[in-house]
Amino acid sequence: MIDTALTSGLGALGYDPAPESAALARLRPRYGLFLNGEFTDPARHEQFASLNPATEETLATVARASAADVDAAVAAARHAYDTVWSTMPGAERAKYLFRIARLIQERARELAVVETLDNGKPIRESRDIDVPLAAAHFFYYAGWADKLDYAGFGVRPRPLGVAGQIIPWNFPLLMAAWKLAPALAAGNTCVLKPAETTPLSALVLGEILQQAGLPEGVVNIVTGDASTGAALVEHPGVDKIAFTGSTEVGRLIQERVAATSKKLTLELGGKGANIVFEDAPIDEVIEGIIDGIFFNQGHVCCAGSRLLVQESVADEVVRRLLRRVDQLRVGDPLDKNTDVGAINSAGQLARVREMSRWGEDEGATRYTSACELPTTGYWFAPTVFTNVAQSHRIAREEIFGPVLSVLTFRTPDEAVAKANNSKYGLACGVWSEKGSRTLWVAQRLRAGVVWANTYNKFDPTSPFGGVRESGFGREGGRQGLEAYLDV
Amino acid sequence: MAPLRVVGDRDRGVVIPTVITVPTIANEVELRRVLRSGRGVDAVGVESRVAKLGTRSLKTATKRAAIDLSIAMVDLTTLEGADTPGRVSSLCAKARRPDPSDLSVPAVAAVCVYPDLVAHARRELGDAPVSVASVATAFPAGRASLEVKLLDVAEAVAAGAHEIDMVIDRGAFLAGRWGQVFDEIVAVKAACAPAHLKVILETGELVTYDNVKRASWIAMLAGADFIKTSTGKVAVNATLPVALVMLEAARDFAEETGQLVGVKVAGGVRTTKDALKYLVVVNETAGAAWLTPTYFRFGASSLLNDLLMQRRKQRTGAYARPDEFSGD
Repeated sequence: MIDTALTSGLGALGYDPAPESAALARLRPRYGLFLNGEFTDPARHEQFASLNPATEETLATVARASAADVDAAVAAARHAYDTVWSTMPGAERAKYLFRIARLIQERARELAVVETLDNGKPIRESRDIDVPLAAAHFFYYAGWADKLDYAGFGVRPRPLGVAGQIIPWNFPLLMAAWKLAPALAAGNTCVLKPAETTPLSALVLGEILQQAGLPEGVVNIVTGDASTGAALVEHPGVDKIAFTGSTEVGRLIQERVAATSKKLTLELGGKGANIVFEDAPIDEVIEGIIDGIFFNQGHVCCAGSRLLVQESVADEVVRRLLRRVDQLRVGDPLDKNTDVGAINSAGQLARVREMSRWGEDEGATRYTSACELPTTGYWFAPTVFTNVAQSHRIAREEIFGPVLSVLTFRTPDEAVAKANNSKYGLACGVWSEKGSRTLWVAQRLRAGVVWANTYNKFDPTSPFGGVRESGFGREGGRQGLEAYLDV
Repeated sequence: MAPLRVVGDRDRGVVIPTVITVPTIANEVELRRVLRSGRGVDAVGVESRVAKLGTRSLKTATKRAAIDLSIAMVDLTTLEGADTPGRVSSLCAKARRPDPSDLSVPAVAAVCVYPDLVAHARRELGDAPVSVASVATAFPAGRASLEVKLLDVAEAVAAGAHEIDMVIDRGAFLAGRWGQVFDEIVAVKAACAPAHLKVILETGELVTYDNVKRASWIAMLAGADFIKTSTGKVAVNATLPVALVMLEAARDFAEETGQLVGVKVAGGVRTTKDALKYLVVVNETAGAAWLTPTYFRFGASSLLNDLLMQRRKQRTGAYARPDEFSGD
């Protein structure tokens, strides 16, 4: 009855490759650290390679910052804080932030290519989401810099001092912007530690900070591995630690800063529930599920990795979802038509594979897109598990990859109970045409963010953050200033 | 004619159609088809989906193939009070051979004219593989009695039209008299045989995507061979989100019935870039089966020359002057 073409993937209009040019990245072969307004000589540091996860080729080598380097960075930040930044009028700080935002826009194409090369995410996402949002965060917080009196934290709220900021590899530039923009607007100086596998866009950002004429030492960028991060966390000269990453590491950091005067905000893992009611607009639901879990290869802390669908429409939703999964174009991240790029690292790929095996072992039904995967690089085909029980580990643990677990529910109460039955509490989605029900459910969800009839939408004006093992503190919006003010 | 009544259930906050009198809906499968048409459309979601599809990049061979396919999908249209046989002759010449200097350019799918010019268009086209489509049913407003509309159709068919582009009664639709809309389409379908029936929803007047989806289903259930966005005579004509909603409806209808209904976008598609965006939406929504003039059309006049210009650019690497292509 059904024409085979209906169920086939892309059909007749197979798109020829449309790659963005890798040369636009203009990467240097070796990078030093960004300390006190200057890039240090790479030869001074032990170097490690940053790979292109799509090809496993080395893009550049970067410095592994030692404890002494971190010490120098903190000292530079302290000096800049004392002498320049904390005493500068907010309106002046705003000028620098506006300038940074505009320079990000000017160098948007370059930044998008760097991000895609280093991270493996599709150029469509780095070009349309990561880079524009990074600029938007600087624009937004530039506006706050001279209005802190009106942010609701009392008159003349004071900055904290030197902020140590450790960011993850899933949105390298965007996370740098999320961290730096509010800290700088509030009058803090920063030592930023990019993720080990994705340091390059932060280093380009360092060039931009130089271009913007940001006073030396206000932002220092120390590349490195976990030991660099640990040195920063433990440094006595740091007043504040802001961390985004895994719950595991977040817990260690919290232990380390315990009984110190350091302030802490943590944005950790998640196991977001995307709740679909039977009356929801079905085609948009399918797109929302796809965006929820396959955006950025599922390397998203707030990914909608659990689909909770009402039993009465479960078959139909799953059927349409699998058809749509087959349509996802997996491959060269630089190709403008790619939907799903490369897994960021060999380590992460191994983890995603391992956890997917749990799904099979524990009895869930696995569906994997039949897409062809490139032979080199780190790749994982979009995967959906159905017949998942609440007790399965794939319904409980954060996979951080393109793997969706589908569960069903019958009543709104059951949906809420299942969604909340998680150690995490970062984000949830609710899909229904009925506003009253959406609000009823949203009120009962224990999550920092609830999206209604959409998923994975970000905006600098909107606070983002979690509850329970997803961390504490908010980034974005007026609330995001609180993390960097002495309130 | 079979009266089909479909109304909204306001108490549930969602429009779930219920069939009140169902002489034509004799079985469960058909009932389900109607029910499904009632599920809402989320405007934000639809618009963000087409925005994303709009970033697809068609290059090299794909682009060349897509341009040729677009040319073959054009319903070359003239619907002006000032139309004359001479103008239609020139349109027909253009339709058969869009670029006389390059015989590899495919002919367009059809010419689209008012009923009184159908016979003339048929003579001009002779045995060329170009259909003659005629608007009918008191186009574009549709404000006439059913008798007048059917007469309009009968005349166009008698004059040799291969395809009839009818308009739905938007007044009846917006007033909730969906059964009347359904009945009228059934009547026109009966009157236009053996010609193909394209049903113009005039989505610019239906305004909401929910309405577009519902009207699409009514038209398909009533026997439309094609559902078409617009007359080209109102302020808002074809848009990508509307096309997406209609293509999803056509895909779902085909899944339920095995029957493929075509989709025609009309009005406002002027550039190759626009046309390719529509093809991407077709490709990734309804799928390959719709990527043929049999199931997808562009109702347009100025689009054709832009397609020709881009086609030549693809082949020669240089843009031709607009004046190198004839006006009609």
